[in-house]
Amino acid sequence: MAILEVNNLEKHFGATRVLEDISFDLEQGKALAIIGSSGSGKTTLLRCLNFLETPDQGTISVGGNIIFDAANHRSQTDAEIRKKRLHFGMVFQSFNLFPQYTALKNVTLAKELLARERPDFKSNKKAILEEIQQEGLELLTKMGLEQRASHYPNQLSGGQQQRVAIARALALKPDILCFDEPTSALDPELTGEVLRVIRGLVEQKTTMIIVTHEMAFARDVADEVMFMDKGVIVERGPARSVIENPQEERTQQFLAGY
Amino acid sequence: MFLTVIGALNEGFLQTLKLFFVTLLGALPLGLVICWGSMTRFYPLRWLCRFVVWVIRGTPLMLQLYIIFFIPGIVMDQSPWPAGESGRFLACAVAFILNYACYFSEIYRGGIQGVPRGQQEAGQVLGMTKVQIFVHVTLLQMIKRIVPPMSNEIITLVKDTSLSRIISLQEVIWAGQAFLKTSHGYSGLLWPLFFTGVYYLVFNGLVTLLLGRLEKKLDYFS
Repeated sequence: MAILEVNNLEKHFGATRVLEDISFDLEQGKALAIIGSSGSGKTTLLRCLNFLETPDQGTISVGGNIIFDAANHRSQTDAEIRKKRLHFGMVFQSFNLFPQYTALKNVTLAKELLARERPDFKSNKKAILEEIQQEGLELLTKMGLEQRASHYPNQLSGGQQQRVAIARALALKPDILCFDEPTSALDPELTGEVLRVIRGLVEQKTTMIIVTHEMAFARDVADEVMFMDKGVIVERGPARSVIENPQEERTQQFLAGY
Repeated sequence: MFLTVIGALNEGFLQTLKLFFVTLLGALPLGLVICWGSMTRFYPLRWLCRFVVWVIRGTPLMLQLYIIFFIPGIVMDQSPWPAGESGRFLACAVAFILNYACYFSEIYRGGIQGVPRGQQEAGQVLGMTKVQIFVHVTLLQMIKRIVPPMSNEIITLVKDTSLSRIISLQEVIWAGQAFLKTSHGYSGLLWPLFFTGVYYLVFNGLVTLLLGRLEKKLDYFS
């Protein structure tokens, strides 16, 4: 069964229609790459999934439950929205690490804040925080950053910062991890180390949506590729076949540039 | 003679310091409230806050001191301020807090708006509440950004306290000026008035040092 179902999503910025009738689903454990030129709506789509933008129409379901419905979104409380957005994790193009915290604290902060809402937090504070620390360290180790846990973001390279950001998103165990052009701010050498990490996540069957301009990476690593243009999904299919043998003319034109 | 004058000036400077700290204590949080007000999406409140900031920043503090001290008494028949030095101090404190809160609010606003939008978004997608985002993500980055402009404003505040002289608050300038006529048995002394400058200079030196240290302490991140 599909873990994610998006139906008829639509988004306008003023008079400009940025997303038009977007419908797709995603199986558990699959990686979907979204490609397309700038302004095609890829990033807006990810931002809608993470509730950073509010779609004007449509629904989003995770695991069979509707978590967003444009028809009754306004009646939701902040707390409900906050809980529902945790189905998704987000890795930004510009990392957006918190500069005043160490790599480890970046990873653990949100979890520590969430833990405060647990009924047993007061009585168990020390053990809970220690466990969160431990998990944070394990995640950083998984990212190859165990030596960098106590470094501040400005002491890390771009590639290291992005790996911390990935660990930070993973810390909350989202159902679906979203990447918004995770390597666009990196030079080719650093791009490699971040892509290796993402490749590792694919092998572990992490459900992911990756907006990317790295065609070879999309072809080799993603299970499926979706090409967007002017706010609509033009073509979607198995990664290799879409990239190497696109059916739609617009997809062919776009891919000819790579 | 010197020791007598210094004693009198010290007493005046104590009042100066009191006004300085009370103003800071009141204006720092009030400024934050006005700052929120001037950024809220509830437009009536936003326009009200921006109007108040416009009026307060657009008129001289000296005039505001006169108005706050005298107008309530004229309107209400009887001055709401207690008689004597304590009443004058209270009026001064109200005027200074209001005035400085408006300046601080604009500095805060610049500081908050200077924190990249992506920081808030990162907090949002991690499920933080608005308050958590402000306290744990934005606040320290904002403080780092506002330390230099705040230093300027705080140093100005040290010197602006002397304006309270116009409603006869017995601060250090008043104490120095008193020796021009007669004070503590001495008459016609000119130097005590000029000597008050040393107090401001030394105290501002300390303030500069302290804020410089804070700035350095926040240097560890960018």
